Amino acid sequence: MSSKESILSSIRELNQVEKPLPDLPHFESAQDLVGTFQQSLQNNKGSVISALDLTDLVNSGAFPKVFSGSKLIPDLKTFELPERGTDLNDLDLAIIDGQLGVSENAAIWLEDENLGLRAVPFITQHLVIVLEKSKIVGNMHEAYSLIGLHHSGFGVFIAGPSKTADIEQSLVIGAHGAKSLRVVLV
Amino acid sequence: MSHPSQAANFLKDEKRAHWHDETLWFVREKRDIASKNIPEWEELRKLASGIKDHVLSKLDYYLEELEQKASANGIKVHWAKDAEEHNEIVWSILKEKKCKAIVKSKSILTEECHLNPYLEKRGVEVVDTDLGERIVQFLKQPPSHIVLPAIHLKKGDISEIFHEKLQTEKGNEDPVYLTHAARKHLRDKFMAAKVAITGVNFAIPETGEFVVCTNEGNADMGVHLADVHIACMGIEKIIPRRADLGIFLRLLARSATGQSITNYNSHFRSPAPGKEIHLILVDNGRTKQLKREKFKNSLKCIRCGACMNTCPIYRRSGGYSYGSTVPGPIGSILSPGIDVKKYSTLPFASTLCGSCSDVCPVKINIHEQLYEWRQEITKAQGWSTKGLSMKMANGIFTSPLAYKISGKLLRASLKNLPKSVIYNPLNAWGKNRDLPEVPKESFKEWYLKNRS
Amino acid sequence: MRPNYLVQPRSIMEVALFIPCYIDQFYPDVAKATLELLEKLGCKVSYPMDQTCCGQPMANSGFERDTDGTTRQFIETFKNFDYIVAPSGSCVLHIKEHQPAISEQEEEQKTVQSKVYELSEFLTDVLKVGTIEGSFPHKIGFHSSCHGQRGLRLSSSSELNEAPFSKAKDLFAGIKDLELVELSRKDECCGFGGTFAVSEEALSVQMGKDRLSDHLSHQVEIICGGDTSCLMHLQGIAERNNQPVKFMHLAEILNQAIS
Repeated sequence: MSSKESILSSIRELNQVEKPLPDLPHFESAQDLVGTFQQSLQNNKGSVISALDLTDLVNSGAFPKVFSGSKLIPDLKTFELPERGTDLNDLDLAIIDGQLGVSENAAIWLEDENLGLRAVPFITQHLVIVLEKSKIVGNMHEAYSLIGLHHSGFGVFIAGPSKTADIEQSLVIGAHGAKSLRVVLV
Repeated sequence: MSHPSQAANFLKDEKRAHWHDETLWFVREKRDIASKNIPEWEELRKLASGIKDHVLSKLDYYLEELEQKASANGIKVHWAKDAEEHNEIVWSILKEKKCKAIVKSKSILTEECHLNPYLEKRGVEVVDTDLGERIVQFLKQPPSHIVLPAIHLKKGDISEIFHEKLQTEKGNEDPVYLTHAARKHLRDKFMAAKVAITGVNFAIPETGEFVVCTNEGNADMGVHLADVHIACMGIEKIIPRRADLGIFLRLLARSATGQSITNYNSHFRSPAPGKEIHLILVDNGRTKQLKREKFKNSLKCIRCGACMNTCPIYRRSGGYSYGSTVPGPIGSILSPGIDVKKYSTLPFASTLCGSCSDVCPVKINIHEQLYEWRQEITKAQGWSTKGLSMKMANGIFTSPLAYKISGKLLRASLKNLPKSVIYNPLNAWGKNRDLPEVPKESFKEWYLKNRS
Repeated sequence: MRPNYLVQPRSIMEVALFIPCYIDQFYPDVAKATLELLEKLGCKVSYPMDQTCCGQPMANSGFERDTDGTTRQFIETFKNFDYIVAPSGSCVLHIKEHQPAISEQEEEQKTVQSKVYELSEFLTDVLKVGTIEGSFPHKIGFHSSCHGQRGLRLSSSSELNEAPFSKAKDLFAGIKDLELVELSRKDECCGFGGTFAVSEEALSVQMGKDRLSDHLSHQVEIICGGDTSCLMHLQGIAERNNQPVKFMHLAEILNQAIS
């Protein structure tokens, strides 16, 4: 017997009575979606900046290598993505569009089409996500009902800069991934 | 070694034990605040528990659906009945890819399967990339907590090992400095690894995808830079629908660390062009646990660690006192199912206070299962009440024998024996506690005289 | 001799007193206070003389199967009473949840289990005493026993997202000059845990010390609780370390307050 068959048959021989799958109710969420989102992002050590701030940031010269995949803010300085993520080790700033944001926790949903390369939001030293205010929902349930079953090979909720508290519970920003997350609300 | 002796060892350094207790209590308090911000918290727990009950009741169906959908998405699905087969599958993939160095993000399952020593024996360098896990790996220790692997260490300990391994400044204990040193060190490892291993938090049969949650981004750094992603999951990690993630992601991070969500919640559905994803479905005793009616719902666990943070025993005895891969209350109900003899003291390492059950986001009745394991263990070990009373004879009060002999006799002996006898070193009650003053008559005697 | 009624009962309740064995042997004053308090509140109380141990220490040690005898004895002793009241959450929880099923007595057993009440629960939910009037000019800390709190739900759990409540605190609410302190850790276990107290001696004592220091850091004069077993453990540690604090059962405080 293959392992698959042996696992499945040892479950089947229990003859379990099926327990019902609960329906998912609707849960109310915050009234002020944008304000709550900003507060949540702040709690996660991210920040909201304006489109103007972003232009200044890009032009400041602080970030030698900038990639932008944003369609919401076009004409930003960028370059053609390489084939391999490992070639992005010197990426200083990545700017990408988010599909939707969640006010209760500032999580922003991104799919393959937003990323260009899946490594982009992780390997970059600093990350900017551009998000339409109108795409902010209240809670995770609303987020998943909007996302639906839409097929993307990869999808991710990002809620802040990379962080860790593994040394005596002291919060440190910038463990492996982006050292900062700025969100431009448009 | 048994839990009591390990715990006593841990408590010898009273100051450090106190610090450990306070540190974890701080996490518990953050969890309280986060959960109380959600008015529907208790309803979410109920839903999560119900969803998991449902999954376990038709696990065979969902496993097949998961395999079918995931395969259609281009994920290669493997089945492993035990740890050995799991490790062999990983090794066969590494051999095929001629890979001698891998990066691995946190996976309790691979700890349970002892994957690291298995691969190291075969000449593979395994780098744990979660900061806490990297720290304990440097020290050749297992994680002491499933969410906070290095919670038992102080920054001085970490500074020391980083100085040795990463040549950081001697004596620099600044967490920011140390974390950034690890960032630099691990980046090189990420850049070089052709294969990355991750655990799985949730797998969704409906879409054939699986979800991995981290705060550091180490799972994503690993898999997106490597050519091959191997994801290892216990077969109980399934939740049926994508929408169910809404429930579980709201519960997981709040329960674990008090955050509203983990930083990176990655949904893997198909490999990127030119890359591979392997998903290994591992039994390793889970179907056996499913067979045990009283204990099967321990399989609902989503590994948030909240029961450890809240447990007054865990906080004061540390993760290693349990001697099992998963420590704390949940570990004490999972481990006896793996080896009832080896882990026989764990279900007794509890006052049955019930805090674990109330904190559990999927409502596992942990303390009730601890009680039930006690009944099973005394049977399995062939312990009799007589044997126990001998063991507990030094306990005077709690000895079942004490209740059998006349209370009067007991009181008389307590009254008349010299203190040195009552408080001898063999008397566990009296080592650090006084006995109550002995009254001249019992209530029963008083009642007979005065009321009847 | 009948004490004065301070609260007029709706009708006379006939109550059987269930006194846990260690209270009988070591804390007869707690039993007397329970008896007197129930009488003052208008109950007709009797104490069935055939009662023994409820079997909890055995069951919690993993020998529930060997408690058939004590369980039968319990059912026999108490089956003819309307209400069974004990000054112990822990023993009541054992009766309700961990008695082994007694064959051919299932119905009787179920009925008995449904009639057993912990004292504060009985006063609040059955007698519905509401506010008890009296005076007790002391600063006290209340130790919620885990079996009472999370087992019988005598008060809200800090883990749960629920409106805070406490049957004991409700009972104290009308007592003049009684100052109840808020502890830093509201409901952490004291570390008694039955056989745990000896099998995990080091942990048990450390937990007790920590609980004590929470109370003492709030300058309490008296630590009060609904389970004498927890208090015995805490008192044992406090006395060993010469810590100046008194211990009283809830019944003793209420009984003193209204006399």
